[in-house]
Amino acid sequence: MISSLAVEIPYWGQSLLRVLGGIVAVLLPAGGIVYLFLFKMMSFMQSRLGPMEAGPFGSMRLLAEVGKWLQKEDIIPENADAKIFKIAPVIVLLSTFLLIVVVPFGPDAWFTNFQAGVFYALAIGSVSVIGILVAGWSSANKYSLLGGLRAGGQLIAYELPMVLAVVGVVIQAGSMNLQQIVVAQNTQEIFGIDWIGNPYVITQFVGFVVFMIAVQAELTQPPFDMPIAESELVSGYMTEYSGFRFLMFFIGEFATAGVFAFIASVLFLGGWGVPFSWFGWSGIDDVADWMNVAGPIIMLTKMMLLVGIIMWVRFTYPRFREDQLQRFAWKVLIPVSLANIVITSILKVAV
Amino acid sequence: MPKVPGLIKGLGVTMATMGRTFKDGANTVQYPHAKETPPVRARGVIALHNDNCTACMLCSRSCPDWCIYIEAHKQLAPPRRAGGKPRQVNHLDRFDIDYALCMYCGICVEVCPFDALFWSPEYEYSEPRIADLLHDKSKLGEWMETVPEAPELEAGAQKK
Repeated sequence: MISSLAVEIPYWGQSLLRVLGGIVAVLLPAGGIVYLFLFKMMSFMQSRLGPMEAGPFGSMRLLAEVGKWLQKEDIIPENADAKIFKIAPVIVLLSTFLLIVVVPFGPDAWFTNFQAGVFYALAIGSVSVIGILVAGWSSANKYSLLGGLRAGGQLIAYELPMVLAVVGVVIQAGSMNLQQIVVAQNTQEIFGIDWIGNPYVITQFVGFVVFMIAVQAELTQPPFDMPIAESELVSGYMTEYSGFRFLMFFIGEFATAGVFAFIASVLFLGGWGVPFSWFGWSGIDDVADWMNVAGPIIMLTKMMLLVGIIMWVRFTYPRFREDQLQRFAWKVLIPVSLANIVITSILKVAV
Repeated sequence: MPKVPGLIKGLGVTMATMGRTFKDGANTVQYPHAKETPPVRARGVIALHNDNCTACMLCSRSCPDWCIYIEAHKQLAPPRRAGGKPRQVNHLDRFDIDYALCMYCGICVEVCPFDALFWSPEYEYSEPRIADLLHDKSKLGEWMETVPEAPELEAGAQKK
């Protein structure tokens, strides 16, 4: 992003730009997701129109909601562990912002080009568990505690298939650097067919499905919303939160959906790239500069597609029971992803 | 053709509904801009026909929420026939229904022996202040204009 500009920007300026870019890359998709999917797609799937009053077709609705939340009272229960209670939503939101750091948006449009990017993303992705557990614990509320514990159990259970599903991609790409994974997908070939590159959604289809299911569970979206099951736990770990702290949880939920979809599109859908052979590029250094503009748009499209699938599933299925949810993770997803790793590595060595 | 698994079918249902909403519009109505007319016999609000009420208190006593308040005093009315004795009637001083409490069960309308209470399909009487939901005698009387005509009696039924 920086090196291709003609002007020389000092280091602090670059850092500032990156921070701003990161905030935009998290919050803008989050707002889009909430409006497009939560407000509109959900409503249409239920044969109603959704918000229509604020702005054209209710497009300013989210701003109105944010305004509403900001002016609400920030209630802290008497018995709550106030300090931790206040920090918890910040931890959840922070893990989302830290997650976007490794996602590349173009040949030069990246925040950090981290060699162990996949490892970092998976590690940071599970930090939000701590925020959620802590929120449930510090609320001094039985429902919150139950919700927090359920979330802890669920997120840890689905962390594992997620990590294992990504291992297949890492084996195929031969790198943990997300930028390298994008390059690999756009330069490799599938058994001699090279005109679409090798988006791993085709060769790692099992891994992709497992990853998307695990993402759904990580985001505690229905059908995996046992931790916030509103009919039995009020709102789970968020029960005692109001005002802007609830807003943070809310943004966190949908921003994380966006960021995980970004990561999934980098890992499985070829990221920002188009197959390099289309334009005769041989490697990352040959890629034309205009990809720095086209890249983010391609990423956004893929992200919206993936989030659309996540939300479509969310609005369709009823909730899993707690035991079904755990059994599905440990007895189905993990064996499947382990088998996927074995087969991938055999093919990698043999072919 | 093999049976489509329910999981996939479910996704199809939501997607098809979305398409239908796009094409034909939603099943809902954008309320303040467009209104649906309620059925004629809908339980919207209870109207009071003042002249029929004898302050017998049956409605007030049968109300599960105790939301009907009646006060009356006895007074003399002119005799029905010339030379007769003046009649003693109950004159209503107060007849209030608190719609903040009412649960629209309709027992008062059922139980009224003198046809003084009627259902009206009007429903737009919400108030910013909860106390304003207490409708007094004159307001309940105004609702009488919105009460629909009673349906025709069945063949063979006798009108009293």
